[in-house]
Amino acid sequence: MEMNENINVQHGHTHEAHGHDEHHHHHKETFWNKYVFSTDHKMISKQFLITAIIMGFLAMFMSLIFRLQLAWPDEKFGFLESIIGKWGANGKLDPGFYLALVTIHGTIMVFFVLTGGLSGTFSNLLIPLQVGARDMASGFLNMLSYWFFLASSVVMVASLFVEGGPASGGWTIYPPLSALPQAISGSGLGMTLWLVSMVLFIVSALLGGINYVTTVINLRTKGLSMKRLPLTIWAFTITAILGILSFPVLVAAALLLVFDRSMGTSFYLSDIFIGGVPLEHVGGSPILFQHLFWFLGHPEVYIVLLPALGLASEVIATQARKPIFGYMAMVLSMAVIAFLSFIVWGHHMFVTGMNPFLGSVFVFTTLLVAIPSAVKVFNYLATLWRANIKLSNAMLFAVGLVSFFISGGLTGIILGDSALDINIHDTYFVVAHFHIVMGASAIFGMFAGIYHWFPRMFGRMMNKKLGYAHFWMTLVSVYGVFFPMHFLGLGGVPRRYYANTAYAEFDAFININELISVMAIIGGLAQLIFAFNFFYSIFKGKKAEQNPWNSTTLEWTAPVEHLHGNWPGPIPTVHRWPYDYGKPGAKEDFIPQTVPFEDTPESNHAGMH
Amino acid sequence: MNLILILITVFTTLILVRLMNISQLSAQLAGEDEEAEVLRDNKINSFLSFVLMIVGLVAIGYMTLRYSKFILPVAASEHGVKIDNLLWINFAIIGVVFVITQIALFYFVWKYQYRPGEKAYYFPHNNKLEIIWTVIPAIVLMVLIVTGLRVWNEVTMGDRSDGMVIQVYGKQFDWTARYSGKDNKLGASSFRMIADDNELGVDMNDKASADDIVMKEIYLPVDQPVMMEFNSRDVIHSAYFPHFRAQMNCVPGMTTNFYFKPTITTAQMREITGKPEFDYILLCNKICGVAHYNMKMKVVVVSKEEFKQWIQGGKQLGETISTTTAHVNTNGNVQNSLLP
Repeated sequence: MEMNENINVQHGHTHEAHGHDEHHHHHKETFWNKYVFSTDHKMISKQFLITAIIMGFLAMFMSLIFRLQLAWPDEKFGFLESIIGKWGANGKLDPGFYLALVTIHGTIMVFFVLTGGLSGTFSNLLIPLQVGARDMASGFLNMLSYWFFLASSVVMVASLFVEGGPASGGWTIYPPLSALPQAISGSGLGMTLWLVSMVLFIVSALLGGINYVTTVINLRTKGLSMKRLPLTIWAFTITAILGILSFPVLVAAALLLVFDRSMGTSFYLSDIFIGGVPLEHVGGSPILFQHLFWFLGHPEVYIVLLPALGLASEVIATQARKPIFGYMAMVLSMAVIAFLSFIVWGHHMFVTGMNPFLGSVFVFTTLLVAIPSAVKVFNYLATLWRANIKLSNAMLFAVGLVSFFISGGLTGIILGDSALDINIHDTYFVVAHFHIVMGASAIFGMFAGIYHWFPRMFGRMMNKKLGYAHFWMTLVSVYGVFFPMHFLGLGGVPRRYYANTAYAEFDAFININELISVMAIIGGLAQLIFAFNFFYSIFKGKKAEQNPWNSTTLEWTAPVEHLHGNWPGPIPTVHRWPYDYGKPGAKEDFIPQTVPFEDTPESNHAGMH
Repeated sequence: MNLILILITVFTTLILVRLMNISQLSAQLAGEDEEAEVLRDNKINSFLSFVLMIVGLVAIGYMTLRYSKFILPVAASEHGVKIDNLLWINFAIIGVVFVITQIALFYFVWKYQYRPGEKAYYFPHNNKLEIIWTVIPAIVLMVLIVTGLRVWNEVTMGDRSDGMVIQVYGKQFDWTARYSGKDNKLGASSFRMIADDNELGVDMNDKASADDIVMKEIYLPVDQPVMMEFNSRDVIHSAYFPHFRAQMNCVPGMTTNFYFKPTITTAQMREITGKPEFDYILLCNKICGVAHYNMKMKVVVVSKEEFKQWIQGGKQLGETISTTTAHVNTNGNVQNSLLP
């Protein structure tokens, strides 16, 4: 090891040149620059995480309110009035506000929790620590990334309080509904704030993404070739590239919508007669918006999912005490999924009147996604096969992720088939599908990440028993909520309906709706256990060891106590791939990446890495 | 009321904090061996994962049996049957994959649970396996793509000239139908011509308009192909006929269409379902505003003779709209027709 350190000192000068260490010594740490205007990636990751948890609870709470309405449409809930005021007058949820809840629930979950929260937290925490960098390429841009995220969160939450209500046209904000306040009151100031919030959010995502990619390309420590990157880093990098390429398109889409809304242009509007008058807009196409929206919207699904898969890969390999099966296949399949994600957006639009031949092309590209996805699933299964599995909280969540990825992925094959989509498009089948494959999978990946890296973030352990309770309750409730929705969808029940009471044919599903809501409430309670465990453990959790899971990757070589610059001495050098778990002949069941092959003659014959 | 809720929350949290402290302290006092604890947790959780697998599969099977008679109501159109068949083929394939992979996942978690002193089997990669599970899914998917596209092409392409043309017109929050009359041609229309007596903005200068008939219900003759043309005057709606397995968005500024052939009359369907009040429905399936959930219309499939009788009860637009009012909208502004 001493020799390595000498090498490190020689090669470490480029990193030292960044001056983080000096910075640390020269400036006194105040409350403001430590907790608020921090440029330290570890603090920024905590800021992202805690903001996302708060936003996540808000969005979850919204879903519970509309679940009450859906299961018991004839009941009155007196407490609603005290929470949401005029929208819950006399204990009845207002139908317009129902749509607002659905819209903001989706927006917050997709963007603020599963994009900002997931990538923001774990790319920030793990990229510098796992590539062996003192910090992100630009700490300042990183700080800005968080502050734009916070600003966008604040604007989004503020939109809940405007008089006409927040945006209510669904999280996909299709015009003309989203463009015309005459069509729905949420399309007034609420929609304006939604658009402002999204633009701020995208600025945050871009600043973050550019930083992540730059850091991974430029700041890898000595010996850390791309082929030795942990799968987490691959996932974050590919995700960041997806975001950089697709989010600007959403800005363009939003900007044109702003023009249509307030400057009288006609990009998306044409031939509209509303409120007793014909509008002047002529020549636009509402379908254009959908093309632009889904050009981001579909990659967005993978922006949400890939980091979760990356986190799960890392956790599974670590806790299975076994290398991830097919490392290169895992990287390649992520790259292929990312590439395909740009040419499948049309499958959201099979019934928009798009040319049927174009639809056929999108069927073809969409179903191709199933191939790399299948490879990933089989590789996870092969990793678990003949493993020596330690069921930590994180491991259970990672296993749950794989289960959801299978369940939701398979129903995607049905939705991606245009002929079948005709009948189930926009029904609860779709709601079931995307909540399982992207909502539940991604949030389980995020939970896996939180439980696994909590000691790295806060220097303490989360309570295991509460973690187990959280996991089992959440797993059962997620399946309990979303599996039955497939039946609703196949029965023809449309999504975004305030009540089905006008449809005798849906009476058979009343029981299902009650079951779903009960399960949702159980799921909500489980998250309270999590929240308690999380905040309690930050202050009172058991002190963490340096490397509590016996992991191989670099982040566990940094001291438990955080310091700006991550490692007190020189940056560690990497000598091997990150998955030397259970190597035959090795003294222990893991060999950290920092151990050179010269030190492990007994196990070198076993792997080529 | 609120105060009580807040107090309950605060006290529950405090109690939980105390309990956690106690449990941690007692664990320390008991000096419980960490390895033993890990082992015990592992046993419990891997056992639970096995139980969940069994219970989960049983629950899924039970629900599927219980609700199978409510899902996918009998398909009442020619192509609907084909779509259902395709759906069942897909379900069979994904069902098999689902059961196998989920069992493997939770079984492995149970079977390969941590045992002290044991080492996992070092198995970092195997190209043969990777190729197998790339190629097999690829072949299965190619089959699904080809069978799926065959049905899609049948449903959406081909000769549709034999279809009876009906306009389905969506607005917040109801539907209107316009039958094309003897010439089987809808007269031109423009949103600028919408008036109190001309809800659809039909251009009466177009010769094809005079025999068009506007109706507030849709009647369809059985075994007669229909070519539905969809429009909207305000926001996007989606015309969804669950029983016909038909759906198409109604987009302001453009005309979309869907061609299908109803095969079962309402009367027959009442017998099949055993529900004397059964009716086909058209519902809105694209979020369109506050009353989205109530935007529906009755659809009735009848014999050709009954249809003739019914359509004769409707008035031709030539009788109800005068050509002079057609150019005036409710504002009273005289508009230039966009149409020749």
